[in-house]
Amino acid sequence: MKIAGMTGRTAVVVLAILAIAAALPLALSNYQVGLATEMLIFGMLAMSIDILAGFAGRTSLGHGAIFGVSGYVVVYASAQAGLPPALAFVLGMAAATAVAIVFALLAVRTSGVYFLLLTLALGMIVWGICLRWTQVTGGENGMRGDVRPAFLVMHRAFYWAVLGVTTLVSYAMWRFVRSPFGLTLLGIRDSESRMKSLGYNVPLHLFVGFAVSGFFAGIAGALYAMFNNFVSPSTVALAQSVEGVLMMIAGGVGTLFGGFVGAAAIITLENVVSAYTERWQTVLGLTFIVIMICAPEGIIGTLRAILTRKDGDKGRYKGN
Amino acid sequence: MDRRQFLKNSTAAVAAAGTMAAPWRCARAQAGPIKIGLLTPLTGVVASGGKEMVEGVQFYLESVNYQIAGRKVELVIEDDASNPDTALQKARRLVEQGNCHMLIGDLLANTGLAVANYVKGTGTPYFIPIIAADDLTQRQRIKNVIRVAGYTGSAFTHPFGDWCLKQGYKKIATISQDYTFGHEQCGGLAQVFTEGGGEIVQQFWHPLNTADFSPYLGQLADLKVDAIFAMETGADATRLIQQYASFGLKGKFPLLGAMNATDQSVIRTLGEECDGIIAAAHFAEGSDNPVTQKFTKNYEAKYGKIPSLYGFSMYSGIMWVAEALEKIGGKAEDRDALIDSVLKTELTGSPLGTTVKLDAYGNPIYDVQIRKVVKRADGKYWNVPIASYPGVSQFWKYDPETYMKQPPYSRTFQGIKKA
Repeated sequence: MKIAGMTGRTAVVVLAILAIAAALPLALSNYQVGLATEMLIFGMLAMSIDILAGFAGRTSLGHGAIFGVSGYVVVYASAQAGLPPALAFVLGMAAATAVAIVFALLAVRTSGVYFLLLTLALGMIVWGICLRWTQVTGGENGMRGDVRPAFLVMHRAFYWAVLGVTTLVSYAMWRFVRSPFGLTLLGIRDSESRMKSLGYNVPLHLFVGFAVSGFFAGIAGALYAMFNNFVSPSTVALAQSVEGVLMMIAGGVGTLFGGFVGAAAIITLENVVSAYTERWQTVLGLTFIVIMICAPEGIIGTLRAILTRKDGDKGRYKGN
Repeated sequence: MDRRQFLKNSTAAVAAAGTMAAPWRCARAQAGPIKIGLLTPLTGVVASGGKEMVEGVQFYLESVNYQIAGRKVELVIEDDASNPDTALQKARRLVEQGNCHMLIGDLLANTGLAVANYVKGTGTPYFIPIIAADDLTQRQRIKNVIRVAGYTGSAFTHPFGDWCLKQGYKKIATISQDYTFGHEQCGGLAQVFTEGGGEIVQQFWHPLNTADFSPYLGQLADLKVDAIFAMETGADATRLIQQYASFGLKGKFPLLGAMNATDQSVIRTLGEECDGIIAAAHFAEGSDNPVTQKFTKNYEAKYGKIPSLYGFSMYSGIMWVAEALEKIGGKAEDRDALIDSVLKTELTGSPLGTTVKLDAYGNPIYDVQIRKVVKRADGKYWNVPIASYPGVSQFWKYDPETYMKQPPYSRTFQGIKKA
């Protein structure tokens, strides 16, 4: 039996996870609800990067910029231009997709380290614009404003709204990577020349894949702007892109939902460790080294490998 | 015991525990420690300043044995990583998780503005001895954000502009880091200087963290000016002062600096290239005021360095809050009373050796010192006052209402009067 493309057992697991996630705020303090919200948002960002990195074999260092542009547009549209939050949200997503399209046009013909460098450079350009275009972006100081609509001001209400969006987005991404289109991306990852000789338009597929990935990153960015009511150049900076990539890697490249695990792990570490030592970044760095040595396929990737080994499978995710 | 009986018993037990706990909790709220959340950049680009901020706070709290108005003080330090997103997250943690009664600190304007926007919603008192963004106590004032022992970016360059006129300077060029703090400092000087008949010949804006100043210094050398004003902080200040000397401009044009350019955090590492630079500030560590001398001496004895603006400002800021808390019997829980008390408090114990009070906008009024970097007997350099402007407000001599009608200083608006 299949429910919405999932087997019965998977559907039950998904529902159980959703139920737990929905009930979580009742057991947590306001601050912890805030952290959980942030985990969902960054999980989405990590997943959007994974669409390219895990399924098309192209790691982007420009997604922080796409994510941040959406945030800038949302804050500008609602706080400066006085537009309603819903419209600001849509504009934010549209702007992020537009930026992703520009990035994609320039970057899809490259791969490997060249793709990495090109997306990095494009991200730096966006960061530079946000930093220097003081009249519009507020420069170094960033922009502030009450972006959240009134009914989402409370921590819990906002968490549930983000959870709802996250669920929809995750489902959409999951269907996307399992669709024939997503399988074509996998094919490109494994052998670009073979896909070409089979008659696939490789650059077009990568272009669409990049745009879709940017669209999802834009949703995450718009939610982040609403979460913080604030945006500054550090949101579009390289560090933001790197953090997204690290979350994806920590969760497991090509596992999609690993993004959430990676985001949860890193945000928890950041906030727990910093309470004990000012050297929390060192601890974070060491943790990454340990993950990369002991679980090079990421947390979810390694778990999956252990589970599937039991079932006698080879372990690598093939997309279906 | 059957299930129903069990439920009944446990409900009763829980209820009893609840009623017993309630008064205990109240009693604890009165007698428990005053929790102060300190946000400071311990990592990132301005980490060295952040460490001195912590020193300043601890230096004061140790001097009162971590006791204010008979209550113990618990200081919770969080690293804002010089990043507004992190600052925001840590502020949430301190307020929502740590139940801090108030926040103090942050160094970079963007981190302070992010936290200010957050506490606007929660109502938590937030004190900013370092954050200089003009508008936080001007056009976009938030009631619970108070600049105790701090200063606005343009507050000290207004009188500095006046001092330049008195020196007979007619033409000045400025070079500055291209961000709000720089725009505000240069704007203050440019407005007063040009309104008094001076001319700003040219303004150079360079990005933060400029390694090589030669393109700017080359152009400055060709200008016919009486003095050059440099608005630099941190490593940029060190580099500019060094390169200014090595390009042979030192001695050719007098170098005027923003207060941060000749702060101890910068000139501590410099030699004679910083000798003679003039800057305006409220604090001059080389002042002959006995109170300032005592503070500087004790600080130096404890931490092995002459106090910088960061250490001094945080020390005075926490002292201000402490004096305000003493007045309301240490009731840090009562936010309105605390804010009110802080606004009314006149700081008597300031290392400046004078009484400092706030204006109607929550910004302190200072005697501004025009300071010169000179060599101390032991070979270290420090700032010594050479002139003084008493009772300077953030609005200088302008009417606050009229002043706030002009746009905030930016790269495009410097208040320059057209000749």
